[in-house]
Amino acid sequence: MSDKVRMREQSPEERIKNFNEVPYGYDEREALQEASRCLGCKKHPCTRGCPVEVNIPEFIARIKESDFIGAVEVIKRKNSLPAICGRVCPQENQCESYCVLGRKGEPVAIGRLERFAADYEREHRQTGMTAAPSSGSKTKVAVIGAGPAGLTAAADLALLGYEVVLFEALHAPGGVLRYGIPEFRLPKAILDEEVGYIRSLGVDIRYNMLVGATLSIDDLFADGYKAVFIGTGAGLPYFLGIPGENLNGVYSANEFLTRVNLMRAYRFPEYDTPVRIGRHVAVVGGGNVAMDAARTALRLGADKVSIVYRRAWEEMPARAEEKHHGREEGIDFKLLNNPVAILGDEKGWVKGMECVRMELGEPDESGRRRPVVIEGSEYVLDVDTVVVSIGQGPNPLLVQSTSGLETNKRGNITADPDTMATSIPGVYAGGDIVTGAATVIAAMGAGKIAAGNIDKYLKIKGL
Amino acid sequence: MYKIEYAADLAESIKLLVVLAPMVAAKAQAGHFVVVRNGEKGERIPLTIAGYDRQKGTITLVVQSVGKSSSEICALQEGDALTDVLGPLGHATHIERVGTVLCVAGGVGVAPVYPIAKAFKEAGNRLISVIGARSKDLIFFQTEMKAVSDVVHYTTDDGSYGLHGFVTDAVKNIVEGGEKVDKVIAIGPLPMMKAVADLTRNYGISTVVSLNALMVDGTGMCGGCRVTVGGETKFSCVDGPDFDGHKVDFAELLRRQTRFSEEEKMAYGRYRKEEHKCRIR
Ligand SMILES: Cc1cc2nc3c(=O)[nH]c(=O)nc-3n(C[C@H](O)[C@H](O)[C@H](O)COP(=O)(O)OP(=O)(O)OC[C@H]3O[C@@H](n4cnc5c(N)ncnc54)[C@H](O)[C@@H]3O)c2cc1C
Ligand SMILES: Cc1cc2nc3c(=O)[nH]c(=O)nc-3n(C[C@H](O)[C@H](O)[C@H](O)COP(=O)(O)OP(=O)(O)OC[C@H]3O[C@@H](n4cnc5c(N)ncnc54)[C@H](O)[C@@H]3O)c2cc1C
Ligand code: SF4
Ligand code: FES
Repeated sequence: MSDKVRMREQSPEERIKNFNEVPYGYDEREALQEASRCLGCKKHPCTRGCPVEVNIPEFIARIKESDFIGAVEVIKRKNSLPAICGRVCPQENQCESYCVLGRKGEPVAIGRLERFAADYEREHRQTGMTAAPSSGSKTKVAVIGAGPAGLTAAADLALLGYEVVLFEALHAPGGVLRYGIPEFRLPKAILDEEVGYIRSLGVDIRYNMLVGATLSIDDLFADGYKAVFIGTGAGLPYFLGIPGENLNGVYSANEFLTRVNLMRAYRFPEYDTPVRIGRHVAVVGGGNVAMDAARTALRLGADKVSIVYRRAWEEMPARAEEKHHGREEGIDFKLLNNPVAILGDEKGWVKGMECVRMELGEPDESGRRRPVVIEGSEYVLDVDTVVVSIGQGPNPLLVQSTSGLETNKRGNITADPDTMATSIPGVYAGGDIVTGAATVIAAMGAGKIAAGNIDKYLKIKGL
Repeated sequence: MYKIEYAADLAESIKLLVVLAPMVAAKAQAGHFVVVRNGEKGERIPLTIAGYDRQKGTITLVVQSVGKSSSEICALQEGDALTDVLGPLGHATHIERVGTVLCVAGGVGVAPVYPIAKAFKEAGNRLISVIGARSKDLIFFQTEMKAVSDVVHYTTDDGSYGLHGFVTDAVKNIVEGGEKVDKVIAIGPLPMMKAVADLTRNYGISTVVSLNALMVDGTGMCGGCRVTVGGETKFSCVDGPDFDGHKVDFAELLRRQTRFSEEEKMAYGRYRKEEHKCRIR
């Protein structure tokens, strides 16, 4: 069996000097060639690996027939944001890990095909194709948070005929897709078009609406909303709790990425928000967030960027493609290393980070071998900027202002996994606010399930 | 867009704006702030709500031009609009009846102090105010503060009005002159808040300060506004902005304010050049 068709991309030397997207995507010929590798398996195990169960061989069959628009229609039955998922889903752990071809060679490049079809449709989409449904006296539903969970729930509810208002705290939509994932991985123009499509379905997005401060869930019900979906994500940055973390030059990944992505600090001073990057940047962590921060720091002109991660390469939870791209771009991986203190100069700026080396011991609860400190291995890494990206938790603001909304001990909202119903009748929740930091597709899947169950709930209630 | 219904100059480079933001006005209380953005390329900056009118749906902001963003906002006129106004943010100031409250305002800090003073007065406290400024022509909100205070003291650095000296000198006179003060609220530049807190620590008078840490989102999402209070890291936007002045690590906060000084200076320099060109034209 042939290998999968390579995707052309900017060379590492070139791309670390700009914020443009790294891979160019397949052209028609490449897509046809890749699609021809799919066996169209009757049982299509790949679909089982997809959190929203896209009928994968069916959409690939459309590509084979050069019916690219038809391919997108198949995907969109289950996934309203394919151009985004094709770029950011960890396909190697999902659909592609189930593909039968993967047993002997490389699986079908399902993600790249999804991206191709979605891009084709976007480029050939006729404007005004989806007219906004006329607003009569429709039942009102409120959605909180314009991340992937909220956007998906809003789109599905609008398609089901509800009047949907989406309340977003920031001044722009997308959630992590806007403030977290950088331009070179997900161009904001694509996000804008996808959001435009959702708005064309009649969804009214209102910005600067921090639910829990500007208004409360009780206010929403009082205003005539009959049901509420909460998709507020995991936006609270965790810190290491080591000495020196408040020195100048230490950022949370959220602050660093928000400055650059949402506020466009990479175009300072044209844009007003500054970001300051030193010569040698250490990024602490090993997930997608850490990879994004590290690759962003490179593009902002750092001489050297080191990822400091306490486990080994295989355990790094970032997408395989990002790890690969990061390595190509010259990121220095300090694996099996852990920071113990950040050191400052007399003026309070970072001048180094003390680390220890680790080795792998017995497996822990997660089944991964637990990293243990090697005694006497302390050393100082010569850095002047530190980006902490060790995870995010739920922002407590909304929960604190809503009586009767149950959470678990980590502060995540408790929701029934089958329906996304919370402890308050008519209030549903999904995405990172329920699961803790997870994936774009999982958040979308939750938004979809919630939309269906909100519809059921409202019908049963006769609302 | 959030329309500016009224704009007025209060003093040299200090502007009052009344902004239409009904949902913010509906929930605003003394001590709350908003994050505003001016223009699609603008940065998000925090400003205290210096007043609100729920009926008209407006909030009052008082802005001092210290850099590019604040200067651009100060240049706005009636009929213009702010691109974004998010709020009300932070915890409202804890208002209670304690006896005598001393409100100390430094410079533009009188704007955030005013609604707090008013609320303490309405809660039945005796209210003493100290308003400090560099010189006489930088003092504003005199009528407002007089209306809610039992006594108002003024200090100026150059002696052009009231006591020649700093607000701490007035506070000292008041407390050592025998006035039994139960609570102090101090809002103004960081060094001033630190000086007041250092002084009242000796007297054992509980002192609340409102911290103006650098912020981005104002919702607890970035952690850029972190401050150390009583040895613990807090996010000023969601845990504050009011904190116990005796527990704040002011040295750290002062240092953190300079995180982007070079960039801010550069942006302001460019802005002033551009503005100068416009004026010549
Ligand atoms: C840097 C980074 C890179 C990532 N890379 C990947 C990747 O490559 N692939 C992948 O699958 N996943 C990735 N993830 C994870 C993925 O982005 C998240 O799992 C996903 O975005 C969760 O979606 P959500 O809708 O639940 O929440 P979010 O995307 O967090 O959106 C929540 C929205 O709600 C708003 N909000 C919060 N509180 C309130 C409130 N009180 N009122 C109103 N609005 C509110 C927020 O402003 C935000 O817009 C990454 C995450 C980060 C941070
Ligand atoms: C809770 C809070 C309430 C505030 N209320 C008021 C108010 O009512 N009126 C008023 O005039 N100012 C207020 N400020 C300060 C105001 O936000 C800053 O003056 C403004 O952001 C400066 O922006 P700039 O671009 O003009 O100046 P810059 O050139 O960016 O900076 C000049 C100075 O302002 C400080 N500063 C810069 N950015 C911020 C930021 N995002 N947050 C806080 N400080 C910053 C810097 O430390 C620097 O010393 C408040 C700040 C906070 C945190
Ligand atoms: S498992 Fe692989 S080969 Fe089979 S249908 Fe799915 S993508 Fe095609
Ligand atoms: S301003 Fe971002 S957390 Fe406070």
